[in-house]
Amino acid sequence: MSVNISIRNAVKRYGENTIIPDLSLEIRDKEFFTLLGPSGCGKTTLLRMIAGFNTIEGGELYFNATCINNMEISKRNIGMVFQNYAIFPHYTVQQNVEFGLKNRKLPKERIKADTREFLELMQILEYKDRMPERLSGGQQQRVALARALVIKPDVLLMDEPLSNLDAKLRLEMRQVIRNLQREVGITTVYVTHDQEEAMAISDRIAVMKDGIIQHVGTPREIYHRPANIFVASFIGRTNFLEAVFRKADGNILLGGHEFSVPGVSSDDDEEPVVLSIRPEDFTMAKTDSGGIRSTIRDSIFLGLNTHFIVNLPGDQSVEIIHESQMDSNFKPGDTVYLTVKADKINVFSRDGKRNLSREN
Amino acid sequence: MKTDVLRKLKLDIWSLVTLGVLVLYGLFLIYPLFNLLIQAVVDKKTGQFTLDYFIKFFSKPYYFNTLLNSFKVTLAVTVLTVMLGTPLAYFFARFEIRGKGFLRILIILSSMSAPFIGAYSWILLLGRSGVITLFLRNTLGIQFPSIYGFTGILVVLTLQLYPLIFLYVTGALKNVDNSLLEAADNLGCSGFRRFRMIVIPLILPTLFAGGLLVFMRALADFGTPMLIGEGFRTFPVTIFNEFISELGGDDGFAAAISIIAIIITTFVFLIQRYLSTRKVFSMNSMNKIRPLKARGITNVMIHLYSYIVIGLSIMPQVYIFYTSFKKVQGTTFVPGYSFGSYEMAFNRVGRAITNTLLIPGISLVVIVFFAALIAYITVRRRNIFTGTADAISMVPYIIPGSVVGITLLIAFNKPPVLLSGTILIMVIGLVLRRLPYTIRSSVAVLQQIPMNIEEAALSLGSSKIKAFYKITMPMMAAGLVAGAILSWVTMISELATAILLYVGRTKTLTVEIYTQIIRGNYGIAAALSTILAFLTVISLLVFNKVSGNRELSL
Ligand SMILES: Nc1ncnc2c1ncn2[C@@H]1O[C@H](COP(=O)(O)OP(=O)(O)OP(=O)(O)O)[C@@H](O)[C@H]1O
Ligand SMILES: [Mg+2]
Repeated sequence: MSVNISIRNAVKRYGENTIIPDLSLEIRDKEFFTLLGPSGCGKTTLLRMIAGFNTIEGGELYFNATCINNMEISKRNIGMVFQNYAIFPHYTVQQNVEFGLKNRKLPKERIKADTREFLELMQILEYKDRMPERLSGGQQQRVALARALVIKPDVLLMDEPLSNLDAKLRLEMRQVIRNLQREVGITTVYVTHDQEEAMAISDRIAVMKDGIIQHVGTPREIYHRPANIFVASFIGRTNFLEAVFRKADGNILLGGHEFSVPGVSSDDDEEPVVLSIRPEDFTMAKTDSGGIRSTIRDSIFLGLNTHFIVNLPGDQSVEIIHESQMDSNFKPGDTVYLTVKADKINVFSRDGKRNLSREN
Repeated sequence: MKTDVLRKLKLDIWSLVTLGVLVLYGLFLIYPLFNLLIQAVVDKKTGQFTLDYFIKFFSKPYYFNTLLNSFKVTLAVTVLTVMLGTPLAYFFARFEIRGKGFLRILIILSSMSAPFIGAYSWILLLGRSGVITLFLRNTLGIQFPSIYGFTGILVVLTLQLYPLIFLYVTGALKNVDNSLLEAADNLGCSGFRRFRMIVIPLILPTLFAGGLLVFMRALADFGTPMLIGEGFRTFPVTIFNEFISELGGDDGFAAAISIIAIIITTFVFLIQRYLSTRKVFSMNSMNKIRPLKARGITNVMIHLYSYIVIGLSIMPQVYIFYTSFKKVQGTTFVPGYSFGSYEMAFNRVGRAITNTLLIPGISLVVIVFFAALIAYITVRRRNIFTGTADAISMVPYIIPGSVVGITLLIAFNKPPVLLSGTILIMVIGLVLRRLPYTIRSSVAVLQQIPMNIEEAALSLGSSKIKAFYKITMPMMAAGLVAGAILSWVTMISELATAILLYVGRTKTLTVEIYTQIIRGNYGIAAALSTILAFLTVISLLVFNKVSGNRELSL
């Protein structure tokens, strides 16, 4: 079954509060699509609209060409994994997994075979007769996945399925989910507020804020060319520096320094801009080879990496991350010359809403 | 060195409390029960061991049938209350219902009155010369089926007791995670099927617990079968008759029936224990079930169901309230309205009203005091003795009210401890019966208070007793008082024990209402019932204030 989801001008209100003002989104067939955003931005709300648990106050939801706005929950053929797994505590593992099949009134043999297949796939066959309360978090997670997938849903929805697991299990289950999704080949919408998790697992990510989608793209696109300052700051660490873009020669003016950044466009002759530069994109040199003359204010050794706080001319400072060296020759108080690979710089309008270097 | 001595002394204080509690229970519960047993198996004339009383009971259908009757009607009531109360609670949790808050108050109110008042009101409505019966016969020519006997008891007790199930299930549904329901829906299971497959199994332990409570109440209820049962005689009625009849009655036989009653309730209690502990699921509800707006026919059905059930259950009280303002001539209502019934009520039975404030009032103080102490020693000083005290305190839970009355009377109607006819014996009866409930709710409250708060007080140099009174007690207070008010409400409408223990001086409102009904003074009875209902409402308002809308638990 191939299913793509289109959301067209969806609106969600709770009483007076508009949580999602106007949201449109295309989720492609067999894609691992993640909704990412800070707490309260409306990720769960959107997911539950797709699942049918929330009403839709405006707009349409389509699975392929079928509008599902008013389709009953049980008819939508959706597999759902809940944040707390929602495993029925009064059923054994096996009974949980076969629950959906039984409701579909499938032949007994078929139910048995399918259940077994998915218990095996999730490697929980040996626990099939256990009650859920005697399972570990990871095992419960596997039961939840098996139960959601065994009904051969058109779409798989997951709301922060890993947030109840410890850090180590989280990494393991992340991989399990990713592989499973590929293997089963199912359109998946995944909700998380952990950006690293989103990057690791997704084909594409939608970054949300206040019910509005800020950026949709592959993890790479979102990291390297964030649509706006919010996305740049939400995904990974970055430094923001105020500068000016001069249209005449396409140069950036930063604290008495000038350099060119390719592909930036602007309507004004001189536009105030904000540069976003990731901490790992700076190179520090002791000798002047055309870099910005700066002073190291502080350094923090964190094992693999060392973080430097560096003062730039004109009262701005940046954080720089370098792989730690055996004997570091950068110490607080040292003067260093900073250079940045021009194509790694993102140039935003001063209000932070547009990425001026986006077009390339 | 000094702290060592002190610590020993303080340990002794709690040990003393435990000892005191055990002694009191020994005197007022164990000894009377033991005495009851003796009465039942010892021939009074010969002083020999005998099983004659038991043989008499089981060999004569006249007696034995009362047992079957009780069982029949009690089981039917239990099943019906569960069938009525569970869906109602589920609807209240899951759907938006117009006037829900008000309806909830009505449910609670209808459960808080004495069942026999409901019985009496239903007789006024549907009895042989009830207003509805007459209306149907005279204007429509329909003969309404008789309300007396099995049906009547069933109707009255079901409408009286389903609120218990409602409250229990409402509480249980709070622990059911909404995602479980959503998951079921998502997997193609919704509507009634979901209710049956998911909801019921999850709240099953609660249904058993609620069912037990209903069973015990229904089995022990004395007033309802007495008024509306007529030929359909139940256990408590027989016990009462055997004990009271022929001046003094047959103590031994009444004792034997009491013993049988206790054995049966114990048995039921143990079965329930076994059933419900096997099926408990630990649930932590992250997402509470939120009420949704139902649509179309579902919405209509839900509203109809709720309004009809609740309407029927509150109707007796509303009708009593209404009749209390009707004009009375002699013992019959005549057209027109007046405060005559109230005047007569106050003139004739002023004492009953003060007694109703006094006796449950004293009992309440005693109950709160002991409930706090017993809860404390069982939670914080767990050992063999406190465990025993805890277990003994629960015994009256399974003893029907009339049996408590008989047990106390047989034990204390002669020197050295002559208590019959005093207020004290009535207080003891009420305290014994209500303590289990208040202890349980206090234990629940206490378990929520972290031990280390008290430890902090101790580490800051406070003594143990002081830590209890200054730190733990105030933290328990709200929960304790809330539980106490509910006890109070049940005590002021208590009949089964009081009817056995009262004498003229110690008559309570319920006893007075009962007597007036028996004498046919329906006007006075209605006025007194209304006064009682008024007391109940006020108490519930206070409860609400004190508990800050804490859940009602009975
Ligand atoms: N039933 C409801 N009634 C009213 N407001 C709600 C309801 N459910 C959610 N909201 C509001 O909608 C907004 C979005 O909530 P939502 O649960 O979708 O956030 P989220 O992005 O999933 O956040 P989190 O990462 O914390 O789970 C929040 O401001 C929340 O308060
Ligand atoms: Mg969420």
